[in-house]
Amino acid sequence: MIVTTPPPDPARTPLTASGAHGEQPREPEGAYLDHAATTPMSAAALAAYVAEAQRTGNASSLHSAGRTSRRAVEEARETVAGSLGARPSEVIFTSGGTEADNLAIKGIFWGRRAQDTRRTRVLVSAVEHHAVLDPAFWLAGHAGAEIVLLPVDVEGRLDLDALRAELAAHAAETALISVMWANNEVGTVQPVRDVVRAARPYGIPVHTDAVQAVGQTEVDFAESGVDAMTVSAHKLGGPVGVGALLARRDLALDAVLHGGGQERGVRSGTLDAASIAAFGVATRHAVDCLPQRAARLRALRDDLVARVRDAAPSAVLRGPEPAAGDRLPGNAHFTFPGAEGDSLLYLLDSAGVQASTGSACQAGVPQPSHVLLAMGVPEAEARGALRFTLGATSTESDVDRLVAALPQVVARAQAAGLVSGRAMGGAS
Amino acid sequence: MRVLAAMSGGVDSAVAAALAVEAGHDVVGVHMALSRNRDQFRSGSRGCCSIEDAGDARRAADMLGIPYYVWDLSERFEDTVVADFLSEYEAGRTPNPCVRCNEHIKFEALLDKATALGFDAVATGHYAQIVTREIPGADGGARTVRELHRSPNDAKDQSYVLAVAGPERLARAMFPLGGFASKDEVRAEAERRGLSVSAKPDSYDICFVADGDTRGFLRDRLGSRPGEVVDVDGEVVGEHDGAYAFTVGQRRGLALGRPAADGRARYVVDVQPSTNTVVVGPAELLSVDRIAGEKSLWFDGVLPDSGAAADGAVPGGAVVPDADGWFDAEVQVRAHGAPVPARVRADGASLEVALTGTPLRGVAPGQSLVVYRGTRVLGQATVARSWRAPAA
Repeated sequence: MIVTTPPPDPARTPLTASGAHGEQPREPEGAYLDHAATTPMSAAALAAYVAEAQRTGNASSLHSAGRTSRRAVEEARETVAGSLGARPSEVIFTSGGTEADNLAIKGIFWGRRAQDTRRTRVLVSAVEHHAVLDPAFWLAGHAGAEIVLLPVDVEGRLDLDALRAELAAHAAETALISVMWANNEVGTVQPVRDVVRAARPYGIPVHTDAVQAVGQTEVDFAESGVDAMTVSAHKLGGPVGVGALLARRDLALDAVLHGGGQERGVRSGTLDAASIAAFGVATRHAVDCLPQRAARLRALRDDLVARVRDAAPSAVLRGPEPAAGDRLPGNAHFTFPGAEGDSLLYLLDSAGVQASTGSACQAGVPQPSHVLLAMGVPEAEARGALRFTLGATSTESDVDRLVAALPQVVARAQAAGLVSGRAMGGAS
Repeated sequence: MRVLAAMSGGVDSAVAAALAVEAGHDVVGVHMALSRNRDQFRSGSRGCCSIEDAGDARRAADMLGIPYYVWDLSERFEDTVVADFLSEYEAGRTPNPCVRCNEHIKFEALLDKATALGFDAVATGHYAQIVTREIPGADGGARTVRELHRSPNDAKDQSYVLAVAGPERLARAMFPLGGFASKDEVRAEAERRGLSVSAKPDSYDICFVADGDTRGFLRDRLGSRPGEVVDVDGEVVGEHDGAYAFTVGQRRGLALGRPAADGRARYVVDVQPSTNTVVVGPAELLSVDRIAGEKSLWFDGVLPDSGAAADGAVPGGAVVPDADGWFDAEVQVRAHGAPVPARVRADGASLEVALTGTPLRGVAPGQSLVVYRGTRVLGQATVARSWRAPAA
């Protein structure tokens, strides 16, 4: 039989009789345009979670209950490894992306410095997630590390020449390099293979945070040449609270969590078999249906970008032009001159559109994004940022709803910006 | 109506938000972040401003099922309330930061942003009442005026610190707690709704001054400026670290080297910033019965020329000044002071007050002066100076 239509995207397929208990993951009400924050669990992942959570067993126990859990964990390990071009023994399950990033930054730094005490420099791109930046700066404050923030261009792309110059001058003192696969705010896909190429002659390990990339673009651990890679389940249709660090076996990597010696002694703690099983299922599905999902998201995103520009001519697209090819297919990001991000968020939310400013809050107060500042965006303009991210459940009607609300939302937010005077600097 | 509920994290604003929701309004909770260095703000039972308070506000909003946002007004707060606090003390006056916060933050920055975003009103947990009344207009028809009245809860009444917002801004304000006669009732309302802040202690001190140490805060921000303490005859009787830290009427903290000749207690009777001198004297020098106010505002329909019918006998009517412009009222010059009977005269942006009963002690320049008749706020001004009228 010749199959002429692409296989259905499991995340969009209702749970069938084979799924357990009829739990159907649902997208939040209204137009949910924040899939980079978290995306609905696929029905298959939820079914795998429920099936495993109903069992009792510690995967480290030797009796049959333990063996059953261990089998679920190891099958998931093989699935994750197989989907991402890694060997099962390279998969270290963690509680999520943040823990995997911490393990990579601290663990590699400690491991490498133990081999040679001169290695104190940590090279990270200026647009990394806080889960990379903050452990790096923690090492600077507590372990004598020197942090080098590698610059990016106006579209958020790493400046490879700056990296090469840094390596040429200080290779012997460099402990590790960390450059994300794709940026979580503006969606820029980084030249990770070029980073590996630059680092390889010096034998310096490269870590990449691929949390936003898996399921959105092709990611192959072995082929990329990186030494360590962070993955998170809930960004690709799995549950919150589980992720992995893929790490080459020859990488010097010290433990952050000490205890029972699970995960080859690098990450102690009883394995969360249910979450891990669901992570495996979600990863396979995300990777298997990547080509058609990415094409669909790209078309939807391109439409969103064009229609946002129509509806709000003052909007400035941040990050690469969609046509450039090095932008995540589900990502769109704009700044709206004269408006503050929290005003835009509130107004969109009350119109049933859920988006994000894309940047971190401090005690609920949105801070201007370090990513936009690193791209050279003036602070006043950076305050008016909105990120729209699409996922498996996104449809044209989500975009319709955004575009319908946007003109009035932007006008109102700009009026409020005039009153508060904070978002004005770059508006003229 | 679309209502923005200002939520400090305390019990009052949480119940005010709840009442706005139950009245059927479309309510959004907003917590104002007022400090640039939030960690430096006091934790614990403050009632606003600390990170715990922001968390309490978020929790209350979640329980009410309303959206919740934090608005960063810290720059405005520093530029207006804190800057005014410092410059007023530097000028030898005694500022009232809660009045300035209502003037510049709650009923200006917050209110204006809310209005721009499409909100019809801002609800707060203040204890005061806004009364809308139809009065005869100058053209013979009726018109609507909004009056600010005291809360029936005398101990918590905040009309004194709200008057500065004036009638136009208060037209966009809602005080759902205005009719509550006691704080216990408000706590009971919070408890009835399961709001976790129901038992939270009240806040009293100035939110940006750690541990209530105003003098320490001023010294940190303004630096040490040693100078002399003199008596009314000009004789040096002590030293100080900065005249800015003293308030007219103050007795404690003078650290005078030797007692007064007559052995009586001495009070700060004047602060002279130009010479960095603090003047002390006996209590009777603090007694005043004349006050000049500046930057005055009058509520709608109070002054005869504002278009209302001149009928002082009717509640809500305009005052009826005598031939020299004086009318009967009561004035209050401290947040927790009692109103005293007075004759008042409006004069452009200024006003004059002649007390008709017992003189007041320690009326400090910079304090807010609010003119009442009964529970109704007629107007507000800032004390410019005060003195004792020569005996007739």
